[in-house]
Amino acid sequence: MPTIYIDNKPFDVKAGKNLLEACLSLGLDLPYFCWHPAMGSIGACRQCAIKVFKDEEDTRGRIVMSCMEGVKDGMRISVEDAAAKAFRSQVVEWLMTNHPHDCPVCDEGGSCHLQDITVMTGHNYRRYEFKKRTYPNQYLGPLINHEMNRCIQCYRCVRYYRDYAGGKDLNVFAAHNHVYFGREKDGVLQSPFSGNLVEVCPTGVFTDKTLKEHYTRKWDLTNAPTVCQHCSLGCNTISGERYGKLRNVVNRYNSEVNGYFLCDKGRFGYEFVNSENRITQPLIRNRTVEAAGHDAVMQHVRTLVSGHTLIGIGSPRASLESNFALMELVGKENFYQGITDDLVYIEQKIVDILQSGTIHTPSLKEIEQADAVLVLGEDIWNTAPVMALAVRQSVMKTAATHSTEQVPLPAWHDNAVKELVQEDKGFLANITLLPSPLDEISTATMKAAPDDIARLGFAIAHLLNPSLPEVPNASEALISHASNISKALQQAKHPVIITGTSCWSNALIRAAFDIAAALDMNEKKAGLAFVMQECNSMGLAMMRASSFDRVVANVRNAANVTAIILENDLYRYIPAAEVDAFFSKCKNIIVLDTLHNRTTEKAHVLIPAATFAEGDGTFVNNEARAQRSSQVFMPANKEIKESFKWLSDIKSSRTITANGHDKHPDDLMLALESKLPQFAGVSRVAPPHDYRVHGARIPRESHRYSGRTAMLANLSVSEPQPLQDDDSSLSYTMEGYRGMPPSPLIPFFWSPGWNSCQSVNKYQQETGGSLKGGDPGVRLFEQTTAAPVFSKDIPDAFAPRPGKWMLLPQYHLFGSGELSIYTKGIASLSPEPYISLSKRDAETSRLNNGDPVSVKTNGKTYAFPLSINESLPDGIMLLPAGLTGLEAQDWGAWVNISTVIV
Amino acid sequence: MERPLTRNIHPNRPALTLKEYEMTGGYAALRKVCSGMSPAAVQKLVADSNLKGRGGAGFNTGIKWSFVPMGDNAPHPKYLICNADEMEPGTFKDRLLLEGNPHQLLEGMILAAYAIQAEVSYVFLRWAYHKAAEIIRRSIQEAYDAGYLGKDILGSGFHLDMHLHTGVGRYMCGEETALLNALEGKRATPRAKPPFPQISGLFGKPTIVNNVETLCCISHIVNNGADWFKGLSYSEDSGTKLYGVSGKVKRPGTWELPMGITMRELIEEHAGGMKNGVELRGVLPGGASTDFLTTQHLDIKLDYKSVAAAGSRLGTGTMIVMDSDTCPVGFVHNLQHFFAQESCGFCTPCREGLPWVEKILWSLEQGEGKQEDLELLDMHTQLLGPGNTFCALAPGAMEPLQSALKYFRDDFEKHIHHKKCPYD
Amino acid sequence: MLTATEKKEIDHEISLVPFKKASVIEALKIVQQHRGWISDESVEAIAAYLEISPAEVDSVATFYNLIFRQPVGRHVILICDSISCYVMGYRPLRKALEEKLQLRMGETSPDERFTLLPNVCLGCCDRAPAIMIDKDLYTDVEPAMLDDIFKKYT
Repeated sequence: MPTIYIDNKPFDVKAGKNLLEACLSLGLDLPYFCWHPAMGSIGACRQCAIKVFKDEEDTRGRIVMSCMEGVKDGMRISVEDAAAKAFRSQVVEWLMTNHPHDCPVCDEGGSCHLQDITVMTGHNYRRYEFKKRTYPNQYLGPLINHEMNRCIQCYRCVRYYRDYAGGKDLNVFAAHNHVYFGREKDGVLQSPFSGNLVEVCPTGVFTDKTLKEHYTRKWDLTNAPTVCQHCSLGCNTISGERYGKLRNVVNRYNSEVNGYFLCDKGRFGYEFVNSENRITQPLIRNRTVEAAGHDAVMQHVRTLVSGHTLIGIGSPRASLESNFALMELVGKENFYQGITDDLVYIEQKIVDILQSGTIHTPSLKEIEQADAVLVLGEDIWNTAPVMALAVRQSVMKTAATHSTEQVPLPAWHDNAVKELVQEDKGFLANITLLPSPLDEISTATMKAAPDDIARLGFAIAHLLNPSLPEVPNASEALISHASNISKALQQAKHPVIITGTSCWSNALIRAAFDIAAALDMNEKKAGLAFVMQECNSMGLAMMRASSFDRVVANVRNAANVTAIILENDLYRYIPAAEVDAFFSKCKNIIVLDTLHNRTTEKAHVLIPAATFAEGDGTFVNNEARAQRSSQVFMPANKEIKESFKWLSDIKSSRTITANGHDKHPDDLMLALESKLPQFAGVSRVAPPHDYRVHGARIPRESHRYSGRTAMLANLSVSEPQPLQDDDSSLSYTMEGYRGMPPSPLIPFFWSPGWNSCQSVNKYQQETGGSLKGGDPGVRLFEQTTAAPVFSKDIPDAFAPRPGKWMLLPQYHLFGSGELSIYTKGIASLSPEPYISLSKRDAETSRLNNGDPVSVKTNGKTYAFPLSINESLPDGIMLLPAGLTGLEAQDWGAWVNISTVIV
Repeated sequence: MERPLTRNIHPNRPALTLKEYEMTGGYAALRKVCSGMSPAAVQKLVADSNLKGRGGAGFNTGIKWSFVPMGDNAPHPKYLICNADEMEPGTFKDRLLLEGNPHQLLEGMILAAYAIQAEVSYVFLRWAYHKAAEIIRRSIQEAYDAGYLGKDILGSGFHLDMHLHTGVGRYMCGEETALLNALEGKRATPRAKPPFPQISGLFGKPTIVNNVETLCCISHIVNNGADWFKGLSYSEDSGTKLYGVSGKVKRPGTWELPMGITMRELIEEHAGGMKNGVELRGVLPGGASTDFLTTQHLDIKLDYKSVAAAGSRLGTGTMIVMDSDTCPVGFVHNLQHFFAQESCGFCTPCREGLPWVEKILWSLEQGEGKQEDLELLDMHTQLLGPGNTFCALAPGAMEPLQSALKYFRDDFEKHIHHKKCPYD
Repeated sequence: MLTATEKKEIDHEISLVPFKKASVIEALKIVQQHRGWISDESVEAIAAYLEISPAEVDSVATFYNLIFRQPVGRHVILICDSISCYVMGYRPLRKALEEKLQLRMGETSPDERFTLLPNVCLGCCDRAPAIMIDKDLYTDVEPAMLDDIFKKYT
């Protein structure tokens, strides 16, 4: 470990880092703009100037940019040097010459990196007396606001958007002091990762348009650490509230999971919490007055529960606590997953693989570090966007590593590395049904039906381990693809295979496993990552409950059934006919949920559940990492509460022995661990609710929170007592422990002098490294030395059937989500329903783009305009998955076009 | 007095064709090298000749070449680039070489490419040189036809392709790393050094960028030897130098003269002295980005070391004369306007500092200046220094400004006190 | 849409570089050569042909001084405003140009005959001041010479 002298004091620093990283990691306040821990150094802003001295004798030294110099053992530098400080202050004066100084009306005010650095460098009074340069702003779509006059030309936006995230429609234009950052013309930003511009931009050029709708300063927000609800990756977020409304969601750094970045669905998809469509009161249907209070509804529920056959339907989007509470209430044998048998079967296979411990399942960070990636079937761009971003980093980093092995350059020297690497790419094989933006950085792509993708997978596995079965009747193309991919995987040190459930194919899961296991037998450290569908799909699958199909079979002959449906719009997962058939067998239907939907319409008793923002809950992500999401704010009324609390109340009302303890997430998690040992460790996801630091709680509010004594003065002039949170050690006040909380309990990032999100540096062990005390989350499965069990069944090649099409889903990042669609901006980016056929199939059926096509499936007829998909294999029909109003489909079934209206 | 570079260039006569060039002994150096000189030997010869880069930086050319990875395992293709961008205001010397004797340049390029075993070469030509573009394009074709370019040049087994790239206007393109970005079809922003282009240059491959005049010396060094080249000079810097003079002198122009003649000789003898009615007040000795020298410096030798000792740089060796009728503030304003416009916009001090400086100078010229403005100008000259900015553009811009503030401070003060430009 | 000639010329440039997009500056020059300037449609056509985004093309196009992103007249007059010309009479020459053409810098005449633009050094400092009209260089220009010079350009 090199020792460097900073202002004559020795410090041990990490080799290979630059001086800025070294200084920041030591906790020094060294200002910077253009450097970003995830993107490295380019030396553009000149803000991080320090002095470097030749030796002890050298008193003059020379100014260097700390981000552009690597640490060297014995080197002497000064951060406090007067000339360096004067230069840093001057850089801010230069940057501020044309800045509009509009902080009071700027959304960034109070969380602004530029404000922080301006204060930090001591630049106070401007001397520039000439006219300021001004720019026109652009319309960038419904999610991002553009105010170019605030720009300080740090180039971070374009480096993030174009280089890091692979976006194409944001760039830098013109030259000298006219450089402009935006699109070539007004229009919606095309990258689904555009929201990160809000945090990457050090000032208010790119701001959150959804926040603008109900703007609140960062310091006035009540915040809590939350977990994203919109896919299975479990990205860590911070959600902020004021006046009972969720105001925004920002990234919560977790080096193992999302790092610095979220997708736009995760960042902006929070508006459902504030929706008019929320269920806010318990309802007992078919009464003159349906709305009921807590006691009345409990009293009524008790009559529906006692003496009835209880059936519980769990949910892949409800917390582990709520699912477990339901299981506890209805009994393990009466608890079902609210998803189809097909999906349960596939998910069970995944859980079996993970639980066997044969193969390591990588975190997103490990995917970034992979040196070859094979995506088998899963459309990760749409189903697990941040994983697609991680795969992109793997491709870029692998190429950089390869180049810098020839010409040694430090990895942080970003532009120099890019100039050396040029267009080289690391290995990515993106084998999917449909084209993906990932294809353009892929070495190999193949568009095929799921069975053919699985066959490719088995062919790769066979090449890696010839004792595995050969794929019968394999085409030459398939063998050649398999041979290229297997070679690349074999050359890699850390290959990663990615697959998932969105193709509804268990053969894909088996094939992916066989490849990873075959690689492992070749002494690779292969990783196998699975993508699931919802934020707690993994948690629910790990409970190993039966499918919805089973419950339908089981209630067929039962009488007196009371079904309790937990936060699950069954019509989204299961064909309507089956759901209707099930409901017709239920005497009583109790539904707990947050928003009205088709399932809640069927409820006899409807119980308002808290959203993620209004409750605590544990969610298990795709890598089986359990993570705690904390309550951001108290629900609007006492009737809205976490489902597990309602379920626990129901249980108490039923059982005299119940002690009401299972109201706490802590108690539920301990009980879960003892009942279902596969969840061992889950009680450690967050410190217990009675955790205190020096007797103090962790405040959800900043010490600058304003208006506490006045904000409710219109209702009562006396200051209300702070709300009490009995479930966690977070408090609803400004007071409490101001130091570094345990990482699962970080409600917001702030450090003296650092009001912007850059304060995260202070929470990390080193810049860009793990959070102090370790990143949050507990991985429930670890790798063992268990021997793999390979597959024997290889599916036949996909063969189109005359006049029939295999129905498969197409996922849309904006549109396929149940909850995110409540954000107006996301809804406006969602596609209209369509039916897709291949070009040849459309021609054979004499159909053109836009022709209304109707298809009969599950006894229902749907008519939508045709959208010809030129890359789609023949014999497949696509429907967009999960669009609001579109029912669940029998994916994988063969359907025919029943009528054609021309 | 030998004038190897311009001996065969005659004003008002068309460029030498390949045939004519050969008749003056052209391509003999290439034949000599191809008949058995190793690349290392060519590198050593040029290093020994102490040929220094004529683009302005003055680094030993042979030593620069020696940083290029050689041997079978070296990355390839390697590139040799002729920097004919010549965008420094006041600089017009390379035009003479390009338009007068193109094959002299091409032969130099082929020799340089041989020395580093480059496979591809480019002439990066300033956009405005339309005539030179035609000449170079035609000459490259002639060289291909004669077997001096292409596969297996003169049976040596050495291959070289050559292309002409004309710019689309940006002073930055003259900076070698920005030039590489322009050749790659990117914005011509500079790159960080290290890594130097010799290691990671065009398309990430080893690359040498040399100035036109530098490359034109190579064939003569190969033909006549290192000692001969050293002997051409009046100073420790070898060879002849193309010196130029513009401004209000009687005979502005370009001359090839022994390295190290005095400024007095250049201005008074070759350029004929100042025009009637005006006196010499200052000289930018090597283009717009060099410090002023004044009448007290007339007897310094025009070589790299002597000019540096006098507080300026030899730069390109083409000097701009400022006369007694020209306002130094207006003169410097014009320069700062140029540099502010030509800043690429990449780093803060240059992008934001230069327009500020320009605006202050303009307000001084308009009679709106204040005493504090001089402090701001001084501050900029101190803080826009090498190392503080990403590349040398802004530090170069500060050279004439800081020296003007030193030598002509009275003029600045008069603008403030009289609230107008005294030259108007 | 690019014309067949433009495509052919761009194809040649593509053949000289390791990947298509490296020829974007050449493509911009080729299209400007044929059309006088680079419209938004040209940016899109070049982008499509080189398989990059319009933003990528425009980022490069707007960086360089002599890629015209607005329509210009049939003839473009560039007046050198750099230091040697400044010393040698750029200011009166510029005034004369503006008055004779009734144009300010950056403007195009209503009959689209001329566009007047200031420009950095034209590299003939020993014969200053200088102007360039299209590809023709005029040196030692005095205001009185302008009328004769203009006659060549219709």
